Amino acid sequence: MKFLSKLYIALILVFLYAPILVMFIFSFNSAESVWVFEGFSLDWYKELIYNSTMLTALRHTLLIAILSAIISTVLGTAAAIGILQLRKKITKSLVMSVTNIPMMNADIVTGISLMLLFVFFGKLIGLNESLGFFTVLIAHITFNLPYVILSVMPKLQQTDKHLPEAALDLGCTPLQAFFKAVLPSIMPGVFSGFIMAFTLSLDDFVISYFTCGHYQTLPIVIYNMTKKTVTPDAYALSTIIFVTVFVLLILYNTMQNNSERKVARR
Amino acid sequence: MRQNENIVSLKNISVAFDGETVLDDINLDIRNKEFITLLGPSGCGKTTTLRIIAGFVEPDKGDVLFDDNKINGVPAHKRQVNTIFQRYALFPHLNVYENVAFGLRVKKTPEKELDLKVREMLKLVNLTGLEKRKIDTLSGGQQQRVAIARAIANNPKVLLLDEPLAALDLKLRKDMQTELKKIQQQLGITFIFVTHDQEEALSMSDRVVVMDNGKIQQVGTPKDIYNEPKNAFVADFIGESNILDGVMIDDRLAEFSGKKFECLDSGFEKNEPVDVVVRPEDVDIVPLSKGMLEGVVTSITFLGVHYEIIVDIGGFKWMIQTTDEQFVGDKVGLYIEPDAIHIMKKSEYSGKYGDYSSYSEEIDHLSDVEEDEN
Amino acid sequence: MKNSALGRRIIACPYYVWAAIFIIVPLIMMVYYSITNPVGEFTIDNFLSLGKYSKAFLLSITYAVISTIITFLIAYPLSYAMTKLKISSQRMILMMVIFPMWMNFLIRTYSWISILANTGIINNFLVSLGFEPLKLINTPGAIILGMVYDFLPYMVLPIYTAMSKIDTSLLEASDDLGCNGWQKLKKVIFPLTLPGVVSGITMVFVPSVSTFYISQKLGGNKTMLIGDAIEYLFNIGPDHYNVASTLSLVLMVLILISMAIMNRFTDETDEGVII
Repeated sequence: MKFLSKLYIALILVFLYAPILVMFIFSFNSAESVWVFEGFSLDWYKELIYNSTMLTALRHTLLIAILSAIISTVLGTAAAIGILQLRKKITKSLVMSVTNIPMMNADIVTGISLMLLFVFFGKLIGLNESLGFFTVLIAHITFNLPYVILSVMPKLQQTDKHLPEAALDLGCTPLQAFFKAVLPSIMPGVFSGFIMAFTLSLDDFVISYFTCGHYQTLPIVIYNMTKKTVTPDAYALSTIIFVTVFVLLILYNTMQNNSERKVARR
Repeated sequence: MRQNENIVSLKNISVAFDGETVLDDINLDIRNKEFITLLGPSGCGKTTTLRIIAGFVEPDKGDVLFDDNKINGVPAHKRQVNTIFQRYALFPHLNVYENVAFGLRVKKTPEKELDLKVREMLKLVNLTGLEKRKIDTLSGGQQQRVAIARAIANNPKVLLLDEPLAALDLKLRKDMQTELKKIQQQLGITFIFVTHDQEEALSMSDRVVVMDNGKIQQVGTPKDIYNEPKNAFVADFIGESNILDGVMIDDRLAEFSGKKFECLDSGFEKNEPVDVVVRPEDVDIVPLSKGMLEGVVTSITFLGVHYEIIVDIGGFKWMIQTTDEQFVGDKVGLYIEPDAIHIMKKSEYSGKYGDYSSYSEEIDHLSDVEEDEN
Repeated sequence: MKNSALGRRIIACPYYVWAAIFIIVPLIMMVYYSITNPVGEFTIDNFLSLGKYSKAFLLSITYAVISTIITFLIAYPLSYAMTKLKISSQRMILMMVIFPMWMNFLIRTYSWISILANTGIINNFLVSLGFEPLKLINTPGAIILGMVYDFLPYMVLPIYTAMSKIDTSLLEASDDLGCNGWQKLKKVIFPLTLPGVVSGITMVFVPSVSTFYISQKLGGNKTMLIGDAIEYLFNIGPDHYNVASTLSLVLMVLILISMAIMNRFTDETDEGVII
């Protein structure tokens, strides 16, 4: 029984990683095919370096991810603090329901509805091309916000309600009280909200697709690549992304473990 | 009436978790229809013993007999015992009625019979009217009652109770103690009760099994255990006591604190070193001239019904309970009746309890966590 | 003291404004576009044209239901098997299950073409063993496979979380009260993991029913799902935004209805974990 369940887990993991392995292997293919392996080469990786569309898209993706993560973290943390101050239950649950909308809605619906808003108001102020950098950024901030709020809120609820009062009592201004007393205690939540926002933004395809116009992010470029016949350069690119995310996750985990240990030591 | 009156017997049971011995050669016969308590500090193996009877732990060595049949390897769900868990383990997705009905439904009891039984159980534990309530809306005491009803609804021959009152506050605990005892007498089944609270054990049980370090230290009626502790551990764990090094000079003559005392014990070797126990309430304070021992009062605490005073006699601090007020620095005499002196054979616990000793609850709570993990 | 409380309430105002403009107004825009034509006049033609898309809706729902069921059937035993392992192994396997989610889903989906294509890895293998190649790609099966593959972690995560939270004493209590293995699963484990199951089902059903990439790549443009239809209309130009938005609106309502139905199975919806 124990053996069977272990075998089952192993099978599922094989299923989950088979396509990733395929991608990894064929990114080193010397031929153009993504299913017949003819020999090892790094050609596709070299090609990436000279692919200007790809590099621009990578820059765009990183810029959007960093900006949207920062803005949504600041906005979302402030929102979490404010929402918890709401006294009326109805207002609170109303705000939370609205907050959940981008998370619960299908991406395609969020994408289309934001696109409609941008196009409509673009037309109102006489823009020909209303979609671009700012619309993608706004869209990403919007779908990141609920994740930030939901990861900060539990930390806020755990902190001692009298913490800011104690800081005020000890002579802090309200602003100092926030930065010196409240923020450090909710930092793990803020940080994981930021990381989540960053990775969600890196990875997003559907919402970007409807709101980006000609401002292409990496997933959009990959999408366009896979529209025609795919050559292994798309695989090479994904392998690089995969490895990067992998390293980032390991780093994040070790950092979290460290902070957990610190807390445990206290 | 059956010939053999033992319902559960443990024969040479040993258990180790990860190489650490938890139970070491336990032998215990539990009589039909008795209220027996396994008493001991955290980590003594009392909960493990209970879980072996319930079927959650398989012993490494030894046999478990139920009605004279070996039940090693019989899974928990096929045993005729039911358990009341430490934190009740009530099903949060079911209401009060369905929790109580759970075991009966599993057995596919006909609906009519089931309904009658559930209502009877709820009446027995005074929960009539709360059938439809969700578990998380109940108070601790009510949850406790549901747990009792749920277990006894299955007509177990033996009910196992794993520190069932530990989570309740003092007042409620006292009430539940009386009530549990009442239910046991009403049902006429065997209760095996686990606790680390000696008062609870003494007040409820027909017999008490004192355990420590994976071994049974003493089995007996509450009176036996209190009055005739077998070793220093039992004397220390049950109630408060002054435990002294002594020598048995002859039958009915012991020497300790540099004086000879008449006592009622016999059967020791001549000049055999022994442990001597004197309970604090058995010592009388008398004028210096009439005292068998002399000492200086070093502290006094007023406890309402009596004073607890500490008297230093030759460096050993005695605890004495008395209704006469004394003052720090007073020289007093002590008088001890022969029947207040209990002589015990030397054991591995000898010398562990310097001065007066009372088992510390605080230490017990600190180590509670460890046992939970087993 | 009052000032700081007030300050803390005001601090959320930028977010309220943001949420109003970028969450609520877009939904209003969607309704507005649905009931107007490209020049902005009121019309119900968009809704009348829905009939043309009924097949796409039906297919989307069918595929989504099938892949949600399969995902559940895979994820539930998986979570159960996981909880039987050591805590450290549980953590590692959970990480491994989640990890593919951080990889671009377009590529993950596309890799399946390498595996399933007529001259792809599986068929090459079969042919080399002397078998006839199979028709794998561009079939409904391939679409469902893609959905199951892409969304499996969304099902595992909440179910595993719910299952690992079950107090072991509850399982012992059910043993104690006479449950055999199957009764324990039916009467205790399943009801206690129901909130996790519900949120898993929602998290798989929503992206499955609205996807537009998986069907194009693995279904070979033969099957048009509702997501494909919306994307198609979006791509041909602004004149078709109105119908596209009507389809999105209907899709949203459809999802809301199915969520409402799912939530009736459980009182607590806040149990699930969303990543």
